[in-house]
Amino acid sequence: MTVLLGIFLLTLLLITAVAIVRARNLFVAVMLMGIASLLIAASFLLLDAADVALTEAAVGAGVSTVLFLSALSITSERERASSSRPLVSLVVVTAAALIVIDSAFDKPRFGDPEAPVHSHLSPWYIEKTQEHMEIPNIVTAVLGSFRGYDTLGEVFVVLAAGIGVLFLLSSGPGFGGGKSTPPWAQAGLRHYLIPRVAGRLLIPFILLLGLYIQFHGEYGPGGGFQAGAIIAAAVILYALLEGEQHALKILPQPVLTGLMAGGAILYGGIGVIGMLLGGNFLDYSVLAADPVKGQQRGILLIEAGVGMTVTGVLLSIFHSFAARRR
Amino acid sequence: MQVLGIYYYWVFAILLMIGFYAVIAKLNLVKKLIGLTLFQAAVFLLYIAMGKVEGGTAPIYGASAAVFSSPLPQVLILTAIVVGISTTALGLGIVVRIKEEYGSIQEDEIQEIDRR
Repeated sequence: MTVLLGIFLLTLLLITAVAIVRARNLFVAVMLMGIASLLIAASFLLLDAADVALTEAAVGAGVSTVLFLSALSITSERERASSSRPLVSLVVVTAAALIVIDSAFDKPRFGDPEAPVHSHLSPWYIEKTQEHMEIPNIVTAVLGSFRGYDTLGEVFVVLAAGIGVLFLLSSGPGFGGGKSTPPWAQAGLRHYLIPRVAGRLLIPFILLLGLYIQFHGEYGPGGGFQAGAIIAAAVILYALLEGEQHALKILPQPVLTGLMAGGAILYGGIGVIGMLLGGNFLDYSVLAADPVKGQQRGILLIEAGVGMTVTGVLLSIFHSFAARRR
Repeated sequence: MQVLGIYYYWVFAILLMIGFYAVIAKLNLVKKLIGLTLFQAAVFLLYIAMGKVEGGTAPIYGASAAVFSSPLPQVLILTAIVVGISTTALGLGIVVRIKEEYGSIQEDEIQEIDRR
């Protein structure tokens, strides 16, 4: 049954991907991207990756669609009928696909417990998580503590991308500074009863879900990356319904910039505090008298840092696009 | 199970190449970014499929579960998704600035303007 469902989802995904590339109207392509993201998220769930499915659903189907649409509203919706040498590209792409498909026969059997992925590092992580930090979610343990350096780096990449977008879009001819904001940005969809009522009902629960996922990430699927994306999605929904200016009144840009930088500083700061207390950089064991409690405290704090940075960056990016003059 | 396994690898290859086709053959810059996102998604799918264990469950300790799928690829991809959307946003920001400076997001038109 699961096999059939998996094949069904993947086939739909391929059909959607072809439709995305063929669509002349970019609006259609972006909407289909949302569907593709949802299909990928469902496939991740079938592959036991609950945390990843949650992230893909929040980021791919939610935030990414909004960003592409706001970029389209500034540029243009229609793709001119032209492509460079489609036949040559098609030949290259088909040849490459055949090579990759051919190499698939040499890959380890799907689900093989003896495959290299499962026989080197993973058993160690699965075994030691209980010993070192006593939290049920191994993904959070690996993300926050065992591979904390990687995650720190990734948080800074997200921060750097956010700073880049702010730099790119806060100058040039299209920078309106709020003077010539279009009517929808001021009033949003407030005149439409059904989206407004439905949105008002949904937003508090989306925020609550985001906070639950943030602070329950050690025990169930979740963590800072997912929570950040979900909270950002809730605020973006509010901005679409009530107008961008209203959303900026609740969370002004200086606050968002503070969240962006503050989260990254919190993460790095926890590492430095660990050093000051006599441990290594990002070693949380020294944060409390009991090393296990210290690990748990450290993971909770750095996840909060990750959540702050992701929320701040995604919302700053959204507002940068929304503030451009058309 | 075996059929599904091979199918995951094939879908990875085909999705990867559909995305790559959009990047090299389409002239619209937004379409190129969409292709790049598809390319990324294919890689994500490969990693997660590699981490799956037969009869395993999500790597979260429960009451009875004994076999877990590998948590490591999941961690890598989880962070990669968020980094991916940030870099896509950066790309879209650049496209918006190009549109404002050149008045077009078609690669051939932009090159035409540059040649003048």
